[in-house]
Amino acid sequence: MFPASRYSSKAHRCIRALQTVQVEHAAPQLYATLNTRRTCSSVSTPRITTHYTVHSRDKDSRWEGVEMERFADEADVVIVGGGPAGLSAAIRLKQLANEHEKELRVCLVEKASQIGAHTLSGACLEPSALTELIPDWKERGAPLNTPVTEDVFSILTEKHRIPVPILPGLPMVNHGNYIVRLGNFVRWLGEQAEELGVELYPGYAAAEVLFHEDGSVKGIATNDVGISKDGSPKDVFERGMELHAKVTLFGEGCHGHLAKQLYKQFNLRENCEPQTYAIGLKEVWAIDEKKWRPGRTEHSVGWPLNRHTYGGSFLYHLNEGEPLVALGFVVGLDYSNPYLSPFREFQRWKHHPFVAATLEGGTRIAYGARALNEGGFQSIPKLTFPGGLLIGCSPGFMNVPKIKGTHTAMKSGMLAAEAVFPKITAESLDSETTGLHAPEYAETLKNSWVWKELHAVRNIRPSFHNYFGLYGGMAYTGVFYWIFRGKEPWTLKHCGLDANQLKPAKDCTPIEYPKPDGKLSFDLLSSVALSGTNHEGDQPPHLTLKDDSVPVSRNLSIYDGPEQRFCPAGVYEYVPLETGEGMRLQINAQNCVHCKTCDIKDPSQNINWVVPEGGGGPAYNGM
Amino acid sequence: MSGRVLVGVKRVIDYAVKIRVKPDNSGVVTDGVKHSMNPFCEIAVEEAVKLKEKKFIKEVVAVSCGPQQAQETIRTALAMGADRGIHVEVTGKDYDTLGPLQVSKIFAALAKKEDAQLLILGKQAIDDDCNQTGQMTAALLDWPQGTFASEVSLEGDKIKVVREIDGGLETIKINTPAVLTADLRLNTPRYATLPNIMKKKIAQVKPADLGVDITSRLEVLRVDEPPQRLAGVTVETVDDLVAKLKESGTI
Repeated sequence: MFPASRYSSKAHRCIRALQTVQVEHAAPQLYATLNTRRTCSSVSTPRITTHYTVHSRDKDSRWEGVEMERFADEADVVIVGGGPAGLSAAIRLKQLANEHEKELRVCLVEKASQIGAHTLSGACLEPSALTELIPDWKERGAPLNTPVTEDVFSILTEKHRIPVPILPGLPMVNHGNYIVRLGNFVRWLGEQAEELGVELYPGYAAAEVLFHEDGSVKGIATNDVGISKDGSPKDVFERGMELHAKVTLFGEGCHGHLAKQLYKQFNLRENCEPQTYAIGLKEVWAIDEKKWRPGRTEHSVGWPLNRHTYGGSFLYHLNEGEPLVALGFVVGLDYSNPYLSPFREFQRWKHHPFVAATLEGGTRIAYGARALNEGGFQSIPKLTFPGGLLIGCSPGFMNVPKIKGTHTAMKSGMLAAEAVFPKITAESLDSETTGLHAPEYAETLKNSWVWKELHAVRNIRPSFHNYFGLYGGMAYTGVFYWIFRGKEPWTLKHCGLDANQLKPAKDCTPIEYPKPDGKLSFDLLSSVALSGTNHEGDQPPHLTLKDDSVPVSRNLSIYDGPEQRFCPAGVYEYVPLETGEGMRLQINAQNCVHCKTCDIKDPSQNINWVVPEGGGGPAYNGM
Repeated sequence: MSGRVLVGVKRVIDYAVKIRVKPDNSGVVTDGVKHSMNPFCEIAVEEAVKLKEKKFIKEVVAVSCGPQQAQETIRTALAMGADRGIHVEVTGKDYDTLGPLQVSKIFAALAKKEDAQLLILGKQAIDDDCNQTGQMTAALLDWPQGTFASEVSLEGDKIKVVREIDGGLETIKINTPAVLTADLRLNTPRYATLPNIMKKKIAQVKPADLGVDITSRLEVLRVDEPPQRLAGVTVETVDDLVAKLKESGTI
């Protein structure tokens, strides 16, 4: 690689153009010769990871003389993430500021190009938190247009369906709830926030947490731009910007990458269980009007998953003019068979007679996927630390049997705002550290309905881990939740990290998935195209590997490369080496839909998802 | 010479998004869909900012015509280095029928009002592929035009433009004031960075204020998806190929 200072800019551009050609057409062995790291195997691993979080720029000669100074700005509160939690916190802060006639600068950064573009959920919204936050939401035009009218629950077998009565008191009763397109709801929340004076900055990802001298959180820095695929600076390189705040709220959603760092930094997970997750894949279809039943919600468990793999489906009929249905499939990421592909299970499920009946004659108009929390009560970490706190699905307040997390996320955002407001507007900063510490947030959360709700359902998901699997879990729910309302004195445990649940490939049978028929089921790449995802091509892959040799030496050899199957966007591919012998991992970072499943499920925990240049990622519209 | 450059920027559906035709075939679904600045307009803004950095011109003004959301596109131009923005408000039905002719009239009026020395546009928009606005504006102003520019240099009060044409490259020298339209290889646009977005101003104006009538002379009758491409047939031998071609009456 050539240091930027030694050549004229035109020569530099020529060199870079040639390098780009080299990168695209030459054998990866070229990298091996430049790769000075020793690997213990005799085959040199082609270099995959070029991101500066793995290969520091301090010792990189290509970065000599490059201006690394960042512009900094001050706000009272900085919020990372423009989802339901972040926006609710922002709105609540501004409401309090107006009530008490105080000036408050609230800045919110969001990695999606527009608010709502990275939001994906079923979704069946419980309006409790919304009514608390904005009581006149209906007059303000909140897009809650579809009240639930019918609730259907089934256990599916390969060809048949066993209806399960939804008795009042069971977690999946949806009376009073609304089927929403969460992306549109989040967009509307964004508009409410802007009206109140919140500064929203979509298209800017928070890439780094900043710290004061005393170790408390100072704020965040947005991503640098203009780094080329091999890690060197381009002509258009520019440093991100620093946003300093008295307190920073982290609402990155499920498995946030900054939250991952904060857990380590402040040891926030020492007294809770590791978080467990599921992946949710979703499509939106425009169906035949005759089959359209607006307000109908359908949930199923069973086929095509076996009783030991947690998961199920949802299908909601929206009422927004066009005959649209939102449908999807959730698979618990504690599955053990590395040959399982959540995407293909989803496609297969659509062929079930009960589901195909609704979809026949329809057109698929959207696709997407996202990981979601399943840990519930047992996995909630310590929520506050000097200078910041965690809100929403990032720490994880999802009510798993209800499959609802939006209302609790919103409430956590509101409580965070209420805990933080009096402290930041007080005459003097009442804090031992420069960054504000607000443990009151955790206290108020423990005394709120969020805690009660999560406590009541805490044993349902872990009850699944028994010989009878799904049926044991349902029996447990029936007895202990429906009858005893979750008041049993014990708390069941989860099984540990999802990444550790995979069995070696030699101990499992490959699953024969049917070929997509192009009418009901589809192939992966055309689905990814429908998500509208894209990233600037010439940037370091944001799926970083701590060790480039691990995928082939471990993931492929022991588990037959499960990342090829659990990634819902086809990012990971094992392709034969150009020289013939052996395979290499190819990372198609541009396809990434930011679901975070790879970071969660990688059995070697070698993949570290970091945020790419802001604005990249899926372009969901009302998902 | 005022040293002012006007850059026209258009808000279009992002190029990576899958387009969907509305069920009533009246147009394409735009509600909530990801939009961004037209890629050729980004190149135009970059060129204008480069000219300012080289001190050939003094001020870069970004202009966009459309509804409220057009301000996001102007803000992106400001973040890239434009000095101020002008938002020409066109909403609803007027916006649906807004085309190159009306936009050219608006730009011509603005160029006169702002005493612009140069007007830089993208060569075409990726949604309608018209490639007409630059040329029409030049004609309305009776200014010379350097279209499909892949290289621009100011030499005194003249401009040397290298144009990409079918036969190769054509170099012309034109007087100022002039209209330029940017082609792909003119430059690599810089990123829109956050500090710049926070500070600059956008003025609002209506077409009527500029004395422009934006009624359309065109009516869109119908929008359809392109026909599905049918699968081909694989043949094993050349004889097979010839037989199939004869069968279908092609030879």
